[in-house]
Amino acid sequence: MGSAVAKTKHILHGVFNDEVPLLEACKKLRASGIRIKEVYSPMPIHGIDGVIGVPRTRIAICAFIYGITGTSLATLMMWYMMVHDWPNDIGGKPNWAYYFNIPAFIPITFESTVFCAAHGMALTYFLRCWLVPGAKAKNPDPRTTDDKFLVYLELTQEQATKAEEILKANGAEEINHKGSFVVPAAYTLEEAH
Amino acid sequence: MHAESEIRLPLILGNKSYRQISDDIIAPIEGKAAKGWYTLLILCALSFLWGIGCLAYTIGVGIGAWGSNNGVDWAWDITNFVWWIGIGHAGTLISAVLLLFRQKWRMAINRSAEAMTIFAVLCAAIFVTLHTGRPWLDYMLFPLPNQFGSLWPNFNSPLLWDVFAVSTYATVSIVFWYIGLIPDFGMIRDRVIKPWQKKMYSTLSFGWGGSARHWSRFEEVSLVLAGLSTPLVFSVHSIVSFDFATSVVPGWHTTIFPPYFVSGAVFSGFAMVLTLMLVVRKIYKLEHYLTIKHIEYMNIVIIVTGSIVGVAYLTELFIAWYSGVEWEQYAFLNRATGPLAWSYWAMMTCNVISPQLFWFKKIRTSIFATFILSIVVNIGMWFERFVIIVPTLCRTYLPSTWNTYTPSFIDIGIFVGTIGMFGTFFLLFSRYFPVIAQAELKTILKSSGEQQKKDAAQHAHH
Repeated sequence: MGSAVAKTKHILHGVFNDEVPLLEACKKLRASGIRIKEVYSPMPIHGIDGVIGVPRTRIAICAFIYGITGTSLATLMMWYMMVHDWPNDIGGKPNWAYYFNIPAFIPITFESTVFCAAHGMALTYFLRCWLVPGAKAKNPDPRTTDDKFLVYLELTQEQATKAEEILKANGAEEINHKGSFVVPAAYTLEEAH
Repeated sequence: MHAESEIRLPLILGNKSYRQISDDIIAPIEGKAAKGWYTLLILCALSFLWGIGCLAYTIGVGIGAWGSNNGVDWAWDITNFVWWIGIGHAGTLISAVLLLFRQKWRMAINRSAEAMTIFAVLCAAIFVTLHTGRPWLDYMLFPLPNQFGSLWPNFNSPLLWDVFAVSTYATVSIVFWYIGLIPDFGMIRDRVIKPWQKKMYSTLSFGWGGSARHWSRFEEVSLVLAGLSTPLVFSVHSIVSFDFATSVVPGWHTTIFPPYFVSGAVFSGFAMVLTLMLVVRKIYKLEHYLTIKHIEYMNIVIIVTGSIVGVAYLTELFIAWYSGVEWEQYAFLNRATGPLAWSYWAMMTCNVISPQLFWFKKIRTSIFATFILSIVVNIGMWFERFVIIVPTLCRTYLPSTWNTYTPSFIDIGIFVGTIGMFGTFFLLFSRYFPVIAQAELKTILKSSGEQQKKDAAQHAHH
């Protein structure tokens, strides 16, 4: 359904002074079929992900993969250096085979696992959120890092009118129109559902 | 919203709003520094410089400049290393272990405790770098391909485990700390007016925006990092204790060392956090956030860890007697009655007796008593490491090698220098960085704020 025509989208900022009315407003917006583009807040809001449809982050899975990479690298390194390349007899405790020395290798295997998991995950987090030195501030309103909670919407004209009503009815302090932009015809089909 | 029992004391005093929390955290950054801050900074910077001088001298002439001799070849060096790294552990414990246990009171102290961790580990790193004697060859500690027929470090040795443990601990702590700092830098960036501050905090905040997606990742990353840091912090001090425990020196060769060292580390770390917090609280007027209740909670941790340390001391004595090994028995007899017995008894008094005073509610809720006792505990924990290392090395197996130890002024200079460095870094941190994790604090305002709790209670009664 829907024909490929260019659409005008209006940017709307619904500003709240607390998380509770914002959550309520978000539920109502979603119930009336309005897609919430993003929510900005000074602190994490518990339970918001389900309400606005943010999928659960997979960053912990990444951490696990980085962790087992660290385990493998440490194992490989210690096997190569201590058993394969230059086996030493240290204090009457020879390095004939890896499994003989496993107890002594546990600490570094563990440290290396933690090292890779922690740094890999941190790096993934920085890149995925594009938190890098010199990046531009991503919040559309500077007050959202202080004490304001903001619902960011990109809507068509009729949706915008409806959204405005819902936001007002649920205690939005301000509703700011931040201009509009045209979505080219080629991109509008996917929005039609 | 999470409701909390009325009986539980509020963690944020006064009638605070989100706005006010931001205002209170940003006040030291935007405002003028107090006179006391400058005085302390000059004092710390001067001792830091003095320490750098002694450090340069040591590198120039070698570690013979210390009071080290044939027996006591570590001088003060490893004592200071273990002391500093132990202090660092409280920061990780507060931010990681207390996060896993969902202790909300950690939120007011975790930021500065983590900063303390990082600065303490840096101080520890100086000693551990230097104790090799030729610090310019320290790259040989790492498994790098080399020209000696590819001679690798010994992975069976606890000294090498220490290299890996301490470097992992230092870098992971820095990353954990910085990830938490980013949202707060974002808040400061959006609030400050001076152009240079705007620029500085823009760069530091990495473009933070606080969107729901970013917060969700932020929370996941914090949780996983806490989960990783918790075993990490236990492993680091266990490995530090292995440096002693896997040797065959009487007095060191004991299996009790890992838990004993870890609880000692937490014990001294909490004491250092208290010393610093009580000063920060006063200078930056953060009494509403760092309440008496926070101090009391920390003092309770001090009782617990201090008692574990006390039990460990007594167990050591018992096992030395029970083992029937006369070298082991002599090691402890020498500690308690030998020429350096005063240090043993100083340790016993400071670490075993003084924390027990916190059983009295009056004492553990008194700021003055807490401040004094926190310093006493730190002195005691320094002596613990001194007692383990120096008297033991003064009296080893061969009586002809027996000797004693006096520190040279270089020993003292480097130690005083690291205290200066620690102080300098901490003062700069407390002036330019958000000392309290304000974003986290805002999440508990409604459940644990004083006014908010009163309102909720009133609401419930009607």
